[in-house]
Amino acid sequence: MGDAHADAGKHTGLYMGVFAALFVGTVVTVAVSRVHFSHAGNIVVALLIAGAKASLVAAIFMHLKWEKTPYIWWPLAICAVFFVVLVALPVLSTSDHPPGVTTHSWDVLPAAAAEEHGGGH
Amino acid sequence: MSAEVLPYTVKPHPVTGVYSGKLGTWLFLASEVMLFGALFSAYVLLRVGAPAEGPAAWPAAGTTGLSWKIGAFNTLVLIISSVTMVMAWVSLKSNDLGKGKMYLAATVALALLFIVIKLLFEYIPKFQHGLVPAKSNFYALYFTMTGLHALHILGGVVVIGYFIGPGSGLWSKDPEYYTNRIECTGLYWHFVDLVWIFLFPILYLM
Repeated sequence: MGDAHADAGKHTGLYMGVFAALFVGTVVTVAVSRVHFSHAGNIVVALLIAGAKASLVAAIFMHLKWEKTPYIWWPLAICAVFFVVLVALPVLSTSDHPPGVTTHSWDVLPAAAAEEHGGGH
Repeated sequence: MSAEVLPYTVKPHPVTGVYSGKLGTWLFLASEVMLFGALFSAYVLLRVGAPAEGPAAWPAAGTTGLSWKIGAFNTLVLIISSVTMVMAWVSLKSNDLGKGKMYLAATVALALLFIVIKLLFEYIPKFQHGLVPAKSNFYALYFTMTGLHALHILGGVVVIGYFIGPGSGLWSKDPEYYTNRIECTGLYWHFVDLVWIFLFPILYLM
C-alpha cells in the first residue's frame, strides 16, 4: 500500500465519499426491501447492494485498492471461493428433493411429532 | 532472555512486499471469513429448508419482531466508526498523535453505543418477550450471528482501548510501528463493519 501510505492525507476526501456512498447504500437497502419484486428477487437485490457496500469498505477503507502483493490477494481469493461454495451448497441441496417435495423433511416433523406424542398416551 | 526486535514491522518484507503485521492480519481475517461463512451457510441452509407454512416456517419480512429502524441506526453507527478509524490512521500518518487518539476514542465510543443499543433495545426486550434462541431457527441464528459479531466489537474495543492507553507508548519509540499497528487494528475493525453490512439486510429486512 505504498501509494496510500505516501498520500494518506490526500485520501480524506475519498474516505468521506465512501461514507456518503455507504449511507446512501443503507437507505437504498431499506427502500428496496419495501418494493416487492419476487421473494428471490428481493433477496438478490439486497445482497447485491450489500456486496457493493462491502466492496467499497474492502477497497478503500481496508486499502485493498492499493495492495499489489499476491500474498494478500491469493488467500483472500481462495477464501472467497470457499465462501461462495459454503453459501451455494445449501441452495443446491434443495434441488435433489423428490418430485412434489419442496422443502426438507422438517415440514413433516410437526405432524410426525404430534402422532408420536399422541401415540405415547 | 534478551528482548528481540521483530523483523519487518515497519519496512515491507522483501518476499511478501508488505510488513509482517499486515500480512498476519489479513491471514487472520481470511480465517474470520470462514468462521462467519459457516454461519451464513447455516442461515441459507435453514432458510431454504424451512417449510412454507406451519410453526417451523421462516418468518416473513416484517414479522420477525426485529425493528429495521434500530438495525439501520446501528448500521450508521458502525459506518461512522469505520470513518473515524481510518481518520485515526490518516492523523497518525500526518504525525498528529493527539488527533489520532481523538479519532480512536470516537471509534470506541461508537462501538460502545452499538453494544448499548443492541442490549437495551434488542437483546433484553427480546428475552423479556420470550424471543430466545430456542424460540425458532430464525432466533437461534439471529442470536448466534449477532452475538458473535458483538463479541468481535468488544474485542475491537479492548484492542483500540489498549492503543489509546498503554499501547500508545510505542509512539515515542517508533511512530511508524505504532501507525502500522493502528492500520492493522483498522483492518480488523473494517472487517467487523463489513460483516454487519450483510447481517443487517438478511436479519432485519428479508
